[in-house]
Amino acid sequence: MGILDKHKVLETNATLLLICSFLVVTIGGLVQIVPLFYLENTIEEVEGMRPYTPLELAGRDVYLREGCYVCHSQMIRPMRDEVERYGHYSLAAESMYDHPFQWGSKRTGPDLARVGGRYSDDWHVDHLRDPQSVVPESVMPKYGYLEATLLEGEHIGELMATNAFVGVPYTSEMIEAATQDFRAQADPDRDYDGLLERYGETVNVRNFDGQPGVSEADALIAYLQMLGTLVDFSTFTPDASR
Amino acid sequence: MSKKQDDDLDYETTGHEWDGIKEYNKPLPRWWLWTFYATIVWGVLYTIAYPAWPGIKDATPGLLGFSTRAQVAEDIARFEDANSGINAQLASVELTEIAQDADLNQFAQNAGAAVFRTWCAQCHGSGAAGAKGYPNLLDDDWLWGGDIEAIHATISHGIRNEEDPDARYSEMPAFGELLAEEEISQVVNYVMSLSGEPQDASLVAAGETVFLDNCAACHMDEGTGDRWQGAPNLTDAIWLYGGDYETLTETVTYSRYGVMPPWTDRLSEAEIRAVATYVHGLGGGEAAVE
Repeated sequence: MGILDKHKVLETNATLLLICSFLVVTIGGLVQIVPLFYLENTIEEVEGMRPYTPLELAGRDVYLREGCYVCHSQMIRPMRDEVERYGHYSLAAESMYDHPFQWGSKRTGPDLARVGGRYSDDWHVDHLRDPQSVVPESVMPKYGYLEATLLEGEHIGELMATNAFVGVPYTSEMIEAATQDFRAQADPDRDYDGLLERYGETVNVRNFDGQPGVSEADALIAYLQMLGTLVDFSTFTPDASR
Repeated sequence: MSKKQDDDLDYETTGHEWDGIKEYNKPLPRWWLWTFYATIVWGVLYTIAYPAWPGIKDATPGLLGFSTRAQVAEDIARFEDANSGINAQLASVELTEIAQDADLNQFAQNAGAAVFRTWCAQCHGSGAAGAKGYPNLLDDDWLWGGDIEAIHATISHGIRNEEDPDARYSEMPAFGELLAEEEISQVVNYVMSLSGEPQDASLVAAGETVFLDNCAACHMDEGTGDRWQGAPNLTDAIWLYGGDYETLTETVTYSRYGVMPPWTDRLSEAEIRAVATYVHGLGGGEAAVE
């Protein structure tokens, strides 16, 4: 059996066995992972994706901190029932600026990949405050304290710089104007022209929680109202062969 | 014991020996082994039949040409084709004629109920009874009109949203900035008197003056409201946010700004008409105004 007869060398030499096991696992891993970085059919170019605004990024941090992903996925699978309920199936590119992505594997609550624009801001405020007031059958806990916690956004530029470090294309201009943009998005009375110039005309600028100051609820609702709305599906046809 | 040891020596060994201890060769059951080999063959065939092996630019597409995206598109198309005739009819007839055609009406009611449970129930409730701030659709009290055309327009464009320029729009001023606290108290008592709720009768007369000066332009002199402006009828004891003194004071002081999203981008015309038919049929639907 040639090479198979030599296994005694491996089996009697622990260090060699360790090195060879490591090599086998490495090769196996590379074969599975590396092609995903270069194969054309795993990287789909889409129009409309943009890095999150400072306020949305802060909202995303609240989303992570509160563990929303434990009950809510952000991944509409390509199945008829999901597409009918949640909207177009998720594209890989839609999580391209997520570090880490929020696909999730648990749906105690509904999928949130396309929740943006589906409900009014007031609904989100009511729902975060007391989910059962609008959806009596819900088992979601109350998050009323989010609207009571005000944010200054003084460190949001640092978070953006960290994201830029791992590949999110935040420009130095965006990072410099971070705190200013952060406050402008939740207050239509401020000058938000710069925000729209940097992140696009479709950015929602509203007082999301309806109360003075920028609260965690403002940030979270800004994030939720953006989810799934960036890619314009009226001008985009996904390649069916992917 | 010694006899058994002798017997054991007859067994074949693997040839491995560690400090004088030998390893017997007790092969796996043959059925198990062949099942194992079969799974390996199956695995190789699977990677040939389905997309699998990475190449330079693409992965092998697989002999069966399977694609999840194509499959879901096909799945959706199959159901859309099955309903395409009746959906086309639903999307093209006059709104008022949907109820005349028994088959079409039944289809619209059922399809509309499904659309409602998916897209509308989160605010209006799974039974359409609404919640504080989200109108009850079961009664015959309508803010923007209850005939099929009005319901269809409301669902299509929504209310006070930023996305749709045709959204229904009106804005009640926050009277906290315009009236004194005393005047607000008076007008709230007057509004409560309109629907016969217990109120401080001594303030009602003064409240009526405040009402006529500030509120009647939208809510009408008698407080019966105006559907062109989405101004609620204040005389029917049906309250969207609550009819007690505290809630009404809050409403008058800070105003309300209920928003409904537009649905033209998310739902097809047939789906919007179906859910309009469903809502119209819940109990409070009004006959179309000629």
